[in-house]
Amino acid sequence: MVPTHQSSPHDLVIALAGNPNTGKSTIFNSLTGLKQHTGNWPGKTVINARGRFRHQDKNFTLIDLPGTYSLFASSVEEEAARDFICFGQPHATVVVLDATCLERNLNLALQIIEITNKVVICVNLIDEAKRKNISVDLAKLSGILGVPVVGTNARDGAGLVELKDALLKVAAGDIAVTPLKVTYDNNIEKAVELLEPAVGKLTGGRISARWISLRLLDGDKSLWEALNHYLGFDLIKSGELDDLLYAAKNLIHSADNDIRDVMVESIVNLAENTFFESAACQTKQHNALDRKLDSVLTSKSLGIPIMLALLGVIFWITIKGANIPSSALASGFDYLENLLAGWFMSWNSPAWLQGILVQGVYKTLAWVVSVMLPPMAIFFPLFTLLEDLGYLPRVAFNLDNFFKKACAHGKQVLTMCMGFGCNAAGITVCRIIDSPRERLIATITNNFVPCNGRFPTLIAITSVFIACNTGAFASIGAALSILAVVVLGAALTLLISRLLSKTILKGLPSSFTLELPPYRKPQIGRVIVRSIFDRTLFVLARAVSVAAPAGAVIWLMANITIGGASILNHCAGFLDPFARLLGLDGFILMAFILGLPANEIVIPILIMSYMSKGAMLEPGSLEAMRQLFIDNGWTWLTAVCTMLFVLNHWPCATTLLTIWKETQSLKWTLISFLVPTITGIVICFTVTQLAGLLGLA
Amino acid sequence: MKEKPIPLHMLSIGSFGRITELTAHNNSRRRMLDLGFINNTVVEALRRSPSGDPTAYQIRGVVIALRSEEASNILVENVLV
Repeated sequence: MVPTHQSSPHDLVIALAGNPNTGKSTIFNSLTGLKQHTGNWPGKTVINARGRFRHQDKNFTLIDLPGTYSLFASSVEEEAARDFICFGQPHATVVVLDATCLERNLNLALQIIEITNKVVICVNLIDEAKRKNISVDLAKLSGILGVPVVGTNARDGAGLVELKDALLKVAAGDIAVTPLKVTYDNNIEKAVELLEPAVGKLTGGRISARWISLRLLDGDKSLWEALNHYLGFDLIKSGELDDLLYAAKNLIHSADNDIRDVMVESIVNLAENTFFESAACQTKQHNALDRKLDSVLTSKSLGIPIMLALLGVIFWITIKGANIPSSALASGFDYLENLLAGWFMSWNSPAWLQGILVQGVYKTLAWVVSVMLPPMAIFFPLFTLLEDLGYLPRVAFNLDNFFKKACAHGKQVLTMCMGFGCNAAGITVCRIIDSPRERLIATITNNFVPCNGRFPTLIAITSVFIACNTGAFASIGAALSILAVVVLGAALTLLISRLLSKTILKGLPSSFTLELPPYRKPQIGRVIVRSIFDRTLFVLARAVSVAAPAGAVIWLMANITIGGASILNHCAGFLDPFARLLGLDGFILMAFILGLPANEIVIPILIMSYMSKGAMLEPGSLEAMRQLFIDNGWTWLTAVCTMLFVLNHWPCATTLLTIWKETQSLKWTLISFLVPTITGIVICFTVTQLAGLLGLA
Repeated sequence: MKEKPIPLHMLSIGSFGRITELTAHNNSRRRMLDLGFINNTVVEALRRSPSGDPTAYQIRGVVIALRSEEASNILVENVLV
């Protein structure tokens, strides 16, 4: 069923369509004021975003459709976009075109005006085009297409008022539109002529009869279910078209050509002509700068080293920069804790209540915030900057051959990049992979990318054990260790992907095309706002909401004694023999187990449990944390194995839930749980035993 | 005198080819068509990935990377531009 998505029955519903990478989401955000993450790859808008805006006393609901190249429904996104434009009954559809790649973008515009005449064309990134010496004659384009055309620069808001004006007029039917008709070859036109009147009668003029006739001819089966639902009867099985369709198809059969090819060719050629009539490039090499950048960033010798260096520098800045605010935050929390404790005393509260709330909940929260917030507030904006620049598709381009050899899909890299932010988000983005086999591989292996819930743990451990050592290169060493962990994660992803492809998910890589969109100048302000609000605070809020109850549980476990020892010690003691085999200790393993709801709380739980053993150390500086760990028997091997286990263990509860939702299968969720867990156990065990054999630890 | 068409992945980097035939099938074919890989379109081979595959092609003002498996389903003849 196609929902109409109307916020209020009086709202004018506007569909927003366009190719990927056209700034469609920026238009959406500028119109609605909503923060929606704009991506640089197809399929980012897998779930339709919707927002509202007001213009001239009218309320509008804007539906952001998935970015697609075409509406011929060769993917789930295309089908979704097409069905909404056809059957969602929007009052108008905006087609966003990228002025710098107008020709290819016109292809989609022509397909949409074939379906509906309530269309406004929005030529976006006009400034960018000007910089590249491309000029677009909007009036001429409007004349050719027969629908309103508005030029915009969504980034600075230019042209948005005109866009809203045009939308209002088209939605209200105040403008006479005469959309350009794609003319196909003679045989197809004759066949359409035969079908159109009958189709028009059956559908009652609710949908373009010409368009339905064309789809009947090319036999697009993906359309029928939605169409029949919309019409309330089965158009084909009604039998009234049987004879006509037979006759019409006969007309084409004699032409002996794949009808879909002929149709697409007609549209592409018309797009090409329209482009040449309405736009002019002063120079032939309008994308010379992009090419120059690509020749460095994707060069044979430098491409991969630059990629690693960029990532390494990001980690270094994060580690170096997070130190000071981290300890400042910690001392602030310390001060507050004393105040709180004093307040509880004056109020004569029972000791257990103060224990749970201050020692348990508050202290865990304080740790989560002071350990996590600074690195995230530095890491995310830097990563988002690369994303905004258009660098991620280049990463996919650079590394694709490794994925091909692992029999995996090229877009798996993009899902991994999302995994850096959050594995659950990475798994949702796996929908951009059409083949179910490769989607499962990407889903199962996504956890090998350390998400930002795990980064702070990695950063904390490296900062404590590597960057804390004196020496000018300590922070560089720490950054390199994290880089090594990430590279190991990528290598494991490839290895496990290949292993899965050869065993339970046998198959060959499916067809894959990757667009390398033009580089865009990142908008620093937007990058910061977006990465702080969308990512940092979102992740922090999630961590805090899990950390608070976890803190209370830990305090209770540490303070309820059975047979002379606390529950915490009982559990840790039980886990200890096994944990020792992996180079960990019982408390570390328990922290990972209790950290199932969110990886962010592993370190805080560990600190709480160590401190409850008696060493009442004031948390705060990294030096204090280092001392606490060393007092509890940590060696370099413990640090290495803990970092390895951070990279390879079960996905967090949110991620598992997402996997279950996406795969609809307990089996694959269980496999996604087991694969990284077993990998982690095997790796940690091997490292520990090897170190023991070699007498290193 | 016309040269024999070659599969696109054999087109040397920096040179141009005009599409003469698309031999892909099903979904792959549809996707190629949607991206504008139709007969008589001129394609430029831009660069190869540092890992050896895919190759980036400039087509209709857009840069698209194709793995050699995909590109081998597009036949082109060398042209001078």
